Amino acid sequence: MSRKVRIAQLSCGPEYSGVQKEIYDAAEAVGAEVFFPDIALADVERAVEKFGLDVRSADLKLMIARGMALVDGKVDADGVFIGTCFRCAEAAIVRNELRRYIPEHSRLPVVSYSFTERTTSGTLLTRMEALTTIARRRALLAREEQTGVTMGVDSGSSTTKAVVMKDNKIVGTGWHPTTEVIKSAESAVADALEMAGLTRDDIQAIGTTGYGRFLIGKHLGADLVQEELTVNSKGAVYLAGHQRGAATVIDIGGMDNKAISVIDGIPGTFTMGGICAGASGRFLEMTAKRLGVDITELGPLAMKGMGKNVPMNSYCIVFGTQSLVNALAAGSSREDVAAAACHSVAEQVFEQQLQEVDIKEPVIMVGGTSLIEGLVYAMGQLLQTNVVVPPYSQYIGAVGSALLASGFVKGE
Amino acid sequence: MAKVFIYPATSLILSDLVARFGHKPLGAALGIRERIQTAGVDSPPLQITPEEPKRGLRYAAVEVPAGVRGRMAIYGPLIEEAEAAVIVTDADLAFGCMGCARTDELILFSLRQSGIPILELKYPTNDEEGVEFVAAIKKFLAGLDDGGEA
Repeated sequence: MSRKVRIAQLSCGPEYSGVQKEIYDAAEAVGAEVFFPDIALADVERAVEKFGLDVRSADLKLMIARGMALVDGKVDADGVFIGTCFRCAEAAIVRNELRRYIPEHSRLPVVSYSFTERTTSGTLLTRMEALTTIARRRALLAREEQTGVTMGVDSGSSTTKAVVMKDNKIVGTGWHPTTEVIKSAESAVADALEMAGLTRDDIQAIGTTGYGRFLIGKHLGADLVQEELTVNSKGAVYLAGHQRGAATVIDIGGMDNKAISVIDGIPGTFTMGGICAGASGRFLEMTAKRLGVDITELGPLAMKGMGKNVPMNSYCIVFGTQSLVNALAAGSSREDVAAAACHSVAEQVFEQQLQEVDIKEPVIMVGGTSLIEGLVYAMGQLLQTNVVVPPYSQYIGAVGSALLASGFVKGE
Repeated sequence: MAKVFIYPATSLILSDLVARFGHKPLGAALGIRERIQTAGVDSPPLQITPEEPKRGLRYAAVEVPAGVRGRMAIYGPLIEEAEAAVIVTDADLAFGCMGCARTDELILFSLRQSGIPILELKYPTNDEEGVEFVAAIKKFLAGLDDGGEA
């Protein structure tokens, strides 16, 4: 059995919030162990003074001292989990600065989270899994070329995607709405194989990702079952032809959003949002439905409109839809409403998530929503940069899985 | 014998002083260690469940962070029970400290609002102040009902 991945916990409030057990459970579920860097009390104030952030809470001081001990190499760890209470401003400042400081001064991957008493191990699982993947599979994540014949399947909350790759080229794709997880995966796989002109027997290795990764991974006998944070990062930089250096990957999904700061194809810091549906692809689906257009037509429609003509800015899908209905009733054009909806989603992601990662160019947008050009335009406007949408961006998880799965092709 | 809330609640020195002068200290009964190998400086000895922050709603509204409410679920009842309090501010971490400054603010406010006799002192920085510090605490505790040197 491989050595457990050691995750250093820097936190304020998890025990008194009653969620420490959830953190332990999430780590345990992915074969990792959480530990608290051993610090001498006498060193705490010295470290805080050196760091230069004069906070009052003793546990936040302790977090700073522990973060500095990790960076200075006084404590060994494979990854860092930073957690503080949701709605605490003092803690948010420390969390943010440490999340920036640690990757800047070390190679340690960092994930941060602000918890409430309702946080469960399930919420933390994908984040912990990503931390352990980065620590345990650095060699695999370094792969820049797909070899042999491999397949990747991404079982997402809205859609299931499959990709077949052969000799570093995508030769087959399949896409189905996720209804029954296994059935949707089977359909996507069948389409991808048919397009590639191959059969299941020709596939040398399979990788799965997304919410249904464990179930379909078992069903398909996958060689690699991996969370979407590392897989999507890898897929994004591979498809964008930017495997070396820094990049930022944004994936606005049907149920949650991911913002990942990537170095050499490996996530450094990342956030995975559970904001609200007003900031997800689901809101754009609803907008398209209300405007009477297919989701594929929403982007071009939005590009013809002026978003600022319609007030729309809500985390909540219900209130967002209310703004949409009110605007239409007041005589706003469909184009302006479409543009406002795209701007609203981009703005929520910008305000809630992109503040938590260091934006480094190129900014790569992936996932199904990256095909909605109005959304990509709105994000570019907010970030003041040209957002890159690589080919096959909607298949990002499947491509990343197929690429990484080639590490399991016999002879590799 | 009076029930005396001590702040910092983790101060074993304050706890000992209150007990020596014949009163019952109300605190965390936690010592601050030289080396910290737990999640926080004042980590509870037992696992607190998500129920505690909900119980803490009695003392702080739902928009207050869960960590504050979880702490208040423990300290709130002690403050209600207290008949007097000794508060030491600006204390050295080793003297006793609490992890969360926001909880500290709420604890001190709750104590001041409660109307019980309170002694507020700054942590001494030299020997002379140290002697005055202990004398002030002794005088305060002696003045409480049924107080007396043990």
